[in-house]
Amino acid sequence: MTADVSEAGTEQPTQEELLSVTGLQKHFPIRRGLLQRKVGAVQAVDGLDFSVVKGETLSLVGESGCGKTTTGRLLTRLLEPTAGRIVFEGKDISHVSMAQMRPLRRDIQMIFQDPYSSLNPRHTVGTIVGAPFRLQKVETPNGVKRAVQDLLELVGLSPEHYNRYPHEFSGGQRQRIGIARTLALRPKLIVADEPVSALDVSIQAQVVNLLEDLQDELNLTYVMIAHDLSVVRHVSDRVAVMYLGKIVELAQSKDLYERPMHPYTVALLSAVPIPDTARRTKRERIRLTGDVPSPVNPPAACRFHTRCWKAQEICSTEEPPLVDLAPGHQVACHFPENAEPPAAPAEAPAES
Amino acid sequence: MSSQTEDYLDAPEPRPEQVGGETFLEVRDLKVHFPTDDGVVKSVDGLSFQLERGKTLGIVGESGSGKSVTSLSIMGLHKAGTAKVSGEILLNGRNLIGASREEVRQLRGKNMAMIFQDPLSAMHPYYTVGHQIIEAYRIHHNVSKAVARKHAIDMLDRVGIPNPKGRADDYPHQFSGGMRQRAMIAMALSCDPELLIADEPTTALDVTVQAQILDLIRDLQQEFNSAVIIITHDLGVVAELADDILVMYAGRCIEYGNADDIFREPQHPYTWGLLGSMPRLDRDRTDRLLPIKGTPPSLINVPSGCPFHPRCSFSQLNGGSSETEVPELRDVGGGHQVACHLSADDRLRVWTTEIKPKL
Repeated sequence: MTADVSEAGTEQPTQEELLSVTGLQKHFPIRRGLLQRKVGAVQAVDGLDFSVVKGETLSLVGESGCGKTTTGRLLTRLLEPTAGRIVFEGKDISHVSMAQMRPLRRDIQMIFQDPYSSLNPRHTVGTIVGAPFRLQKVETPNGVKRAVQDLLELVGLSPEHYNRYPHEFSGGQRQRIGIARTLALRPKLIVADEPVSALDVSIQAQVVNLLEDLQDELNLTYVMIAHDLSVVRHVSDRVAVMYLGKIVELAQSKDLYERPMHPYTVALLSAVPIPDTARRTKRERIRLTGDVPSPVNPPAACRFHTRCWKAQEICSTEEPPLVDLAPGHQVACHFPENAEPPAAPAEAPAES
Repeated sequence: MSSQTEDYLDAPEPRPEQVGGETFLEVRDLKVHFPTDDGVVKSVDGLSFQLERGKTLGIVGESGSGKSVTSLSIMGLHKAGTAKVSGEILLNGRNLIGASREEVRQLRGKNMAMIFQDPLSAMHPYYTVGHQIIEAYRIHHNVSKAVARKHAIDMLDRVGIPNPKGRADDYPHQFSGGMRQRAMIAMALSCDPELLIADEPTTALDVTVQAQILDLIRDLQQEFNSAVIIITHDLGVVAELADDILVMYAGRCIEYGNADDIFREPQHPYTWGLLGSMPRLDRDRTDRLLPIKGTPPSLINVPSGCPFHPRCSFSQLNGGSSETEVPELRDVGGGHQVACHLSADDRLRVWTTEIKPKL
């Protein structure tokens, strides 16, 4: 609880903060020429402020290139941030070395997107799932094999799978193996990067249910990175919508889906195809034109103004801050939607 | 500036002389088998369907259900040595199975065209986008390069590529994912094909771009009055586009019908399972998803009887016939067909009491 309160007004109810992020930035330099001089930077993540409360699921959503995966890799410190602070359980881990990070890896684990490339094909399931015990030199009461078999059972596989190789499993089962490995050391925080997007619909539902059951059973905290908005609504307590390296809206899942305020969120939600033919004729859809601009050269001020139908002059000159427009509902927009009480902060004039 | 309300009632009427009830594509008892060292992979095992001009058929299924293999066999893209294709594929009355490679090649591009899932690997990295569209156009039209280039630029403009004149000289890697998919649609449509097959056209794309591409396919279909087959695993996508829906499982059609019927009154337990597996934005958040148990079957050892019976929660209701007999595709009224052993009463009861309230 030593995490400092960020300037963006994180007045969370005093639940225990597990992770807090302030001004997080990651710029990947672009180097050219003989001397490899830096000629620019991909501004993958450009100033994020959020915190994760124990036991919750926070989802990061956005289109490809918005920096959600980079954020996940920063949180797990697979990447080092260019600027900003990541505080995990009161300890600043923004720039700790690999060696210092190692003991913390027990507590922060990751589930990867592709169950085909994230498991070593030459290792048996036993070796893969048992690796965390060996690497962290953790003693298990009844030996590693027993612990691994328990884990396999926990994720819905059979203990007999211990000596099999990854290629003998289907995509959904492989993802379960990956989850078993993630859970081996009972981490406190799990960063799940698109954990179900590579799976078939019927299997996707199985894995989503599994993740939810495990969360209840083991009191896990998830940071979920996903692009499928229907799945995100199903699993999340809070959702952060990202656009070009910035959070444009952060709210309780229910509020965000029922009363999206940022135009980008509104557009995203209206673009999701609904499996109901009756809706086809009466849906109102906001069509965004064009593509997401390049993060090498993001638009000035509000990064969404080039595609936004509400954009005015101020949007290209002044960057809207991420402010609370409703309790626990942060939005970075000059002209938010659905903001009926116009008692918003002075610098963000509300317009319905 | 780009906000616009979709109103399909205002859509332009298709040209009247082309609105025909006649079948344009007919597939009869299509079988595609691949002999391998482990046994014969029966990717498609007795599939039949029909498609009219101006209509869209959605083929839905999970990976390995044979949906892409079906589309490749219509296009004649299977290697003769590795795939055993049998049955009939009638395009405008002409059987494509047994036709020579050259004959099918003549039809590709002009009479039928395909949009692939991954535009980066479907386009040649060495040639400019414009060059590739020009090539496709000149194969079927005896025109000069300049005319073809103008046509290519027109097509790129039609699919919404900004500055088409300049972008025609770009290479595929210089396009973003959504633009590449548009460029591929432009290529597929450059010869005004009568049949367009879109195999997971939006799976690799973001939702906002997906919405753009689906709109584009719909608009272009209305303009060209072509027959469209859209192959996908996403029920949301077919709900947006398809007139008819065919649900595939283990190489067979297990349910076929009008899109409205499939979404309102689905009949097959697998279709129920698919609908229950998807979290939906248009409904209240449910506590739990209702997944289908188990995993899709191996196509080498397809389960006996109804291929879905090991995963079906209702296979006990019909005295074991699920395990021994392959259910036939039967009409349950109004052209809605289903391959299931459950009696009509049971099915109605299960659907109304157990499934529908939970969806």
